[in-house]
Amino acid sequence: MLRDEDRIFTNLYGLNDWGLEGAKSRGDWDGTKTIMEKGQDWIIDEMKESGLRGRGGAGFPTGLKWSFMPKDTSARPSYLVINADEGEPGTCKDREIMRNDPHKLVEGALLAGYAMHACAAYIYIRGEFHNEANILEAAIDQAYQAGLLGKNACGSGYDFDVFVHRGAGAYICGEETALIESLEGKKGQPRLKPPFPANVGVWGCPTTVNNVESIAAAPEILRRGATWFSSLGRPNNVGTKLFCISGHVERPCNVEEEMGIPLKELLEKHAGGVRGGWDNLLAVIPGGSSVPVLPKDICDTVLMDFDSLKEVKSGLGTAAVIVMDKSTDIVRAIARLSKFYKHESCGQCTPCREGTGWMSRVMDRMVDGRAEPHEIDMLLQVTKQIEGHTICALGDAAAWPVQGLIRHFRHEIEARMESAPKSIGASGEAA
Amino acid sequence: MTGGNGSTLAQPESFEFSAENIERAQKFIAKYPEGRQQSAVMPLLDLAQRQNDDWLPTAAIEYIADYLDMPSMRVFEVASFYTMYNLKPVGKTRIQVCTTTPCWLRGSDEVVATCKRKLGIGIGETTADGEFSLTEVECLGACVNAPVVQVNEDYYEDVDGQHAEELIDALQKGERPTPGPMNGRQMSAPEGQRTTLLKEQGGT
Repeated sequence: MLRDEDRIFTNLYGLNDWGLEGAKSRGDWDGTKTIMEKGQDWIIDEMKESGLRGRGGAGFPTGLKWSFMPKDTSARPSYLVINADEGEPGTCKDREIMRNDPHKLVEGALLAGYAMHACAAYIYIRGEFHNEANILEAAIDQAYQAGLLGKNACGSGYDFDVFVHRGAGAYICGEETALIESLEGKKGQPRLKPPFPANVGVWGCPTTVNNVESIAAAPEILRRGATWFSSLGRPNNVGTKLFCISGHVERPCNVEEEMGIPLKELLEKHAGGVRGGWDNLLAVIPGGSSVPVLPKDICDTVLMDFDSLKEVKSGLGTAAVIVMDKSTDIVRAIARLSKFYKHESCGQCTPCREGTGWMSRVMDRMVDGRAEPHEIDMLLQVTKQIEGHTICALGDAAAWPVQGLIRHFRHEIEARMESAPKSIGASGEAA
Repeated sequence: MTGGNGSTLAQPESFEFSAENIERAQKFIAKYPEGRQQSAVMPLLDLAQRQNDDWLPTAAIEYIADYLDMPSMRVFEVASFYTMYNLKPVGKTRIQVCTTTPCWLRGSDEVVATCKRKLGIGIGETTADGEFSLTEVECLGACVNAPVVQVNEDYYEDVDGQHAEELIDALQKGERPTPGPMNGRQMSAPEGQRTTLLKEQGGT
């Protein structure tokens, strides 16, 4: 188990003061100027060396992403945009950072922004997090008043601003180009790539979009060194990670653990184990609603990191672990996710706009067993026609939970069709 | 959810920001680079909604379009895209129950049923006296504290049927119970003995 000394988010549970004084007592804003004096290249190299992979779901190497930003900003300014539009079902870690440890994020914004030659950071926070945004804004005000932000931030000679931009209820704005559109005052509909944001981002300027957890971890990594961070976990999957454990466990919670911790150990050490014992486990969605569900036999041994979960055809995603015991109607659980994606599709691409509705309607019938066995393959076929055929990954995210269900629980769907009363079952219609 | 065709809806003739909100609007616009005032459309819609009993009449949308020098259709697109903008009147107290899978697994069905029974209205409806609206919403992002109910801006967490009953009783008396976990736990820490951050003091 990760030692308390190796934890980054030491006020995760809000046991202490979130304000500047409390943050400083936990080591935040310590030697920020000294880190900046080592130079932009040093910061980026150290981040690359640390092996940190983006904590928002995709797992792209953070240092490498920063290195894509132009060094010459004389023609156009550069921007750092922080994605705090947390809304992937199961995920609730960034909220805790922003309300309990906001200075980690604010200091990280300065260091990351400086490293990529940005003039300002915009933190895009979901609108529902009203109280959290108020705390974050208050923390930013504290930082300005203490000379840590603004002109000559931390006495470094570098000018840097941090702003909060509140969303208004749209899951799709967690997609980086939709977020940029929204920040420009438009509907949150994703953009085609290329051009990538590092070339043409917000207001046509070079932009990097990073998740809250990635940015908030950066100051501690830079202070303690890349070697410290990369010594935790296993190769290509290093460091610590916030896990959100929800569903049918005895004690749901957020916890920071070492990457690569076995799933079973994670649940039993921190969440009191599966309700009714490990043998009562049915399935786990290991990385937020977008990743495919895993049945118990895989959960017995799988490790919680990017590569291990990819090997079993799922993913670490946001590390939001949704646990389902044997009392769960698994078809209904996934059907509810299909309804979610139908609701959240932005409507721009036909396969997603039509496909999410189609999948949701078929899934609803399958919950009641009102479908024919051949429709399972038809449904699978439709998921394949959505996956990879849309501008953004929402189409994939909608397809994968259904694919996971069919891969591991086809027998459950079929059994339901067999036991459904014939009078209401067996209509051949698609939806 | 926003929407409504407004056919039976009494739309006010005009809208303008209060002096206080003009000051706020200017501060929002100043956050963005010069000439990029359109970026302030979301905070300005939010301001207008707060000034107008939490809904956005057409007049407010047109006013903001003028204010930011945008075509009014562009502002309407934004107002209709995001779920937090209400295009028709809503109750003074808006009760939003999350029913996405993590909340559903922990019993959001019972919370929804309790809210319906206590308020005597269905999902998407407002009580006759205009005091309460009830909606089902998608993931609120507090899943380890499921089920979650958002009342206006506050999150009530770890809500079971009994808690929902108590919460609505209190709201009907005009009280505002302390937001957060209703079972008394410390934010998103596991209930009972912590397993990490053992040396940290403070909290409850």
